[in-house]
Amino acid sequence: MEQLKTIGRELAMGSQGGFGQSKEFLDLVKSIGEARSKAEEDRIVLSEIDILKRKLLEPDIPKRKMKEYIIRLVYIEMLGHDASFGYIHAVKMTHDDNLLLKRTGYLAVTLFLNEDHDLIILIVNTIQKDLRSDNYLVVCAALNAICRLINEETIPAVLPQVVDLLNHQKEAVRKKAIMALHRFHRKSPSSVSHLISNFRKRLCDNDPGVMGATLCPLFDLITEDVSSYKDLVSSFVSILKQVTERRLPKSYDYHQMPAPFIQIKLLKILALLGCGDKSASEIMSMVLGDLFRKCDSSTNIGNAILYECIRCISCIIPSPKLLEAAADAISKFLKSDSHNLKYMGIDGLGRLIKISPDIAEQHQLAVIDCLEDPDDTLKRKTFELLYKMTKSSNVEVIVDRMTDYMISINDNHYKTEIASRCVELAEQFAPSNQWFIQIMNKVFEHAGDLVNIKVAHNLMRLIAEGFGEDDDDADSKLRLSAVESHLQIMSEPKLPSLFLQVISWVLGEYGTADGKYSASYISGKLCDVADAYSSDETVKGYAVSALMKIYAFEIASGRKVDVLPECQSLIEELLASHSTDLQQRAYELQALLALDARAVESILPLDASCEDIEVDKDLSFLNGYIQQAIESGAQPYISERERSCMLETTDYHSQDHHEVPSHALRFEAYERPKPSSLPTQASTELVPVPEPSYYSEAHQPISTSSVSERESSEIKLRLDGVKQKWGRPSYQSSTSASSTPPQAANGTSSHPDVGVGSSSLKPRSSYESKKPEIDPEKQRLAASLFGGSSTSRSDRKSSSGGHKPAKGTASKPPKENPIPVQPPPDLLDFGEPTATSVTATDPFKELEGLMDSSSQDGGSTDVMGVLYSDAAPVTTTTSVDSLLSELSDSSKGNPGTYQSQTSKGPNSKEALEKDALVRQMGVNPTSQNPTLFKDLLG
Amino acid sequence: MGIRFILMVNKQGQTRLAQYYEWLTLEERRALEGEIVRKCLARNDQQIRFELMFEFLCSYAGVLAGWLALNEQCSFVEHRNYKIVYRRYASLFFMVGVDDDENELAILEFIHLLVETMDKHFGNVCELDIMFHLEKAHFMLEEMVMNGCIVETSKANILSPIQLMDKAH
Repeated sequence: MEQLKTIGRELAMGSQGGFGQSKEFLDLVKSIGEARSKAEEDRIVLSEIDILKRKLLEPDIPKRKMKEYIIRLVYIEMLGHDASFGYIHAVKMTHDDNLLLKRTGYLAVTLFLNEDHDLIILIVNTIQKDLRSDNYLVVCAALNAICRLINEETIPAVLPQVVDLLNHQKEAVRKKAIMALHRFHRKSPSSVSHLISNFRKRLCDNDPGVMGATLCPLFDLITEDVSSYKDLVSSFVSILKQVTERRLPKSYDYHQMPAPFIQIKLLKILALLGCGDKSASEIMSMVLGDLFRKCDSSTNIGNAILYECIRCISCIIPSPKLLEAAADAISKFLKSDSHNLKYMGIDGLGRLIKISPDIAEQHQLAVIDCLEDPDDTLKRKTFELLYKMTKSSNVEVIVDRMTDYMISINDNHYKTEIASRCVELAEQFAPSNQWFIQIMNKVFEHAGDLVNIKVAHNLMRLIAEGFGEDDDDADSKLRLSAVESHLQIMSEPKLPSLFLQVISWVLGEYGTADGKYSASYISGKLCDVADAYSSDETVKGYAVSALMKIYAFEIASGRKVDVLPECQSLIEELLASHSTDLQQRAYELQALLALDARAVESILPLDASCEDIEVDKDLSFLNGYIQQAIESGAQPYISERERSCMLETTDYHSQDHHEVPSHALRFEAYERPKPSSLPTQASTELVPVPEPSYYSEAHQPISTSSVSERESSEIKLRLDGVKQKWGRPSYQSSTSASSTPPQAANGTSSHPDVGVGSSSLKPRSSYESKKPEIDPEKQRLAASLFGGSSTSRSDRKSSSGGHKPAKGTASKPPKENPIPVQPPPDLLDFGEPTATSVTATDPFKELEGLMDSSSQDGGSTDVMGVLYSDAAPVTTTTSVDSLLSELSDSSKGNPGTYQSQTSKGPNSKEALEKDALVRQMGVNPTSQNPTLFKDLLG
Repeated sequence: MGIRFILMVNKQGQTRLAQYYEWLTLEERRALEGEIVRKCLARNDQQIRFELMFEFLCSYAGVLAGWLALNEQCSFVEHRNYKIVYRRYASLFFMVGVDDDENELAILEFIHLLVETMDKHFGNVCELDIMFHLEKAHFMLEEMVMNGCIVETSKANILSPIQLMDKAH
């Protein structure tokens, strides 16, 4: 078949004249075309390289022949081999007078060289010459080359000529000149910043090709700075209008659609300009409406324009009418048989859902179909949509689906993305800690090597901190479930390193805490881990530390520890380990085993992973001691930085004074190596300064000894602005408070919702009820995704209801946490400190609201007292956000521990607290506030 | 930036034309092409059964007739940070790598416009036309796409410089 075709083509080629190609060239192309495998192709290309290397050395190669050689070089590179031996010939060909040869030369050069290649400099001259040519095709060829080859440094060499060409009489030249400027703008915006007005001018070019090309740079410019181009809105709208009214030449039509690619570019620009701008949106709404009405949805190109309209509408502030039109277009896409259109529909839905959240509901079955489609691309797109519409009512279904899909794929790039999305959603919306741990286990097990290490830390912290500090029962239940699930998973053959670290840590902290598992059982398991993954030092380190904790807890509780033989051998092995870290851990473990219970308990207290260890970095507790020492005549500490400056100055002076011959003996000590990162320029600066008064007494001794020994005392180190580390507290007094980290912002990310399981019963949508033949399985899925009534939801309710409500968080009113996506204001609106409503609300009103709700749960009236005393400074920020954090902060009474909690990644904890509280208080959100639930589930 | 690269690859996975709008080294290109081709060809496996029939037709009628309307799958594939829009004409795959925020349907139609343009010039264009006239195919692309943007869509404007050059010889 293939040969038949080739023969047929060859015949046809003959009739076309074959462009005067030699038999040699035809044979080469034919043999490449007939190559049956990559290996065969490589063989052909390699022998071709040999031939060409020889032929290019021949003298006086005819030009036509040379052109063929150049194209053969292009073939060699295209098929993945290096043809750099021939680059210079391509460069030479650009000098040729013959247009075809010149253009071929330029083409080959643009394919071969990147803009920083050394040979480019040889071409710049040719380009300059060609830009002056009378033949506009030569000018065009040079401009083409400019768009590929000119880098930041060579822009000035051609810029003036390119600017002149903007007014060339040939439209093709103007078009390419504009694109050359576009390229300059991308490479170095400052080089053309004074020429920006040319883009505006060319927009009014009377050639539609030039106008269309100008849209490309304008799109970039508007993306960078929308506000300076608002005046162009009406121009773009009128251009779009003219295009749709078929005012452009017929040659721009494509499948009876007038200049569709220009229309699409215009729509992209309008989307940028109309974003968040009511008046601009109004100007363009007319033409958008026309497009929806006129566009032929039976052709691909018509649908491409419709899709671009949908995108535009999702960016601007659309009228309800436009929104409706967009929704109609999307439903047409989704109902289509074409997978491409379905894909565009899902994408459009994902965009529109942001401004009109209820639009997804009518398409639920179509979305489910796409989710279950065998086509991977469509499936991924649908997952993207689901990710965008996740909320706490459907998070379990969506994340379960996502993890299943994550497990099924091999593509690491996409696996990472899905895994991080799973984690993100789970952290944000988790209905229960158990569920969260389950999901995390799954993610770690299957994509552990791909997720960020922070995720592991978050998980550990969650397990350590549990619900809240008071409810130990629920905490230990959670930990037990983590331990159990981990013990189960451990038997799997190959687990990712990160996951093993988490497992080891959890087993070490909580393996024996509940008394369900014996120390020897857990330690045996840990030894197995260290054994099975003996090449992974981090895992081994975790395992040894876990062993140490297990034994410490045993010793502390007064039980006798008998170290398993395999543990003993592990310790012995590690004592001789090459890794100092492992060795250290092993020695520590060995030493610990010899200690008595009291000592061990203070070294490794039980369940103390959440205790704060304050590190006083400034060592301020030594101040008294230092003061004493200085008073008794000791020299104060000079920081390394200051010391190095002084040494430098002494050095400088010594050289200045007695010019030591380099080969003679040096009598001074060698200078201290200077830390390379120091900004020496600034720190060595010696200036005569009036002696700062606070400095004089304490520092006088050094300055006299080191600096002003030879010079008069007028030269001093400039030490103002240098923070004093030790010695007397300097003007930059550092208090011990600085050791605590800055207050973690509470509620800056979006927050989970209230009342997960107990959702309202929704009547099934009419769309659904009209189609009784639909697979019930699918309906159930749809319902759980989109919030209809279903069995899976009630399952979820019972499962998430299983965990105990938290007491510790009672001071936090349930309504405090915001609802993420839903913008419409409702009863709970005041509790939404996310960006959407911050400015609109009066903080004092909120306080009243909080007061009311928090007084319900009793025992927190004193909190309100604290709050009100704090209220005055707080209100200056006018952020509800900070008010709320202040409230919860002060209610805890212990800022330190509170911080460690808020900084814990998952917002899920807050959701849980809230969730639990809602249940504890017996508040049924459905009855209390039906609108909220409609919003949540719609 | 829009279009990142344009590839033409036959159904054996051999590159027939490659144009990149951002610089990649030879090794990077090789790896990228291999991965993409594998992905797209694997997706098309389902349609193999139509192939014999179509191939026979296409060898005489040119690739335009070979556009398989029976598309069971999306013409889009995600690959790393690219989205690849591809379309098959007889034995040739046209693949365009675009940024994430590009209009995929429009790119799909752009491919068709490219094929129509080549068809207009060569008359029933086929794989071998492109192979024997590689530079011409590149010249057409140079007219249509600059800096990764579609700048010209009028077939007359695209082809006129090439016809002028032909006449001169």
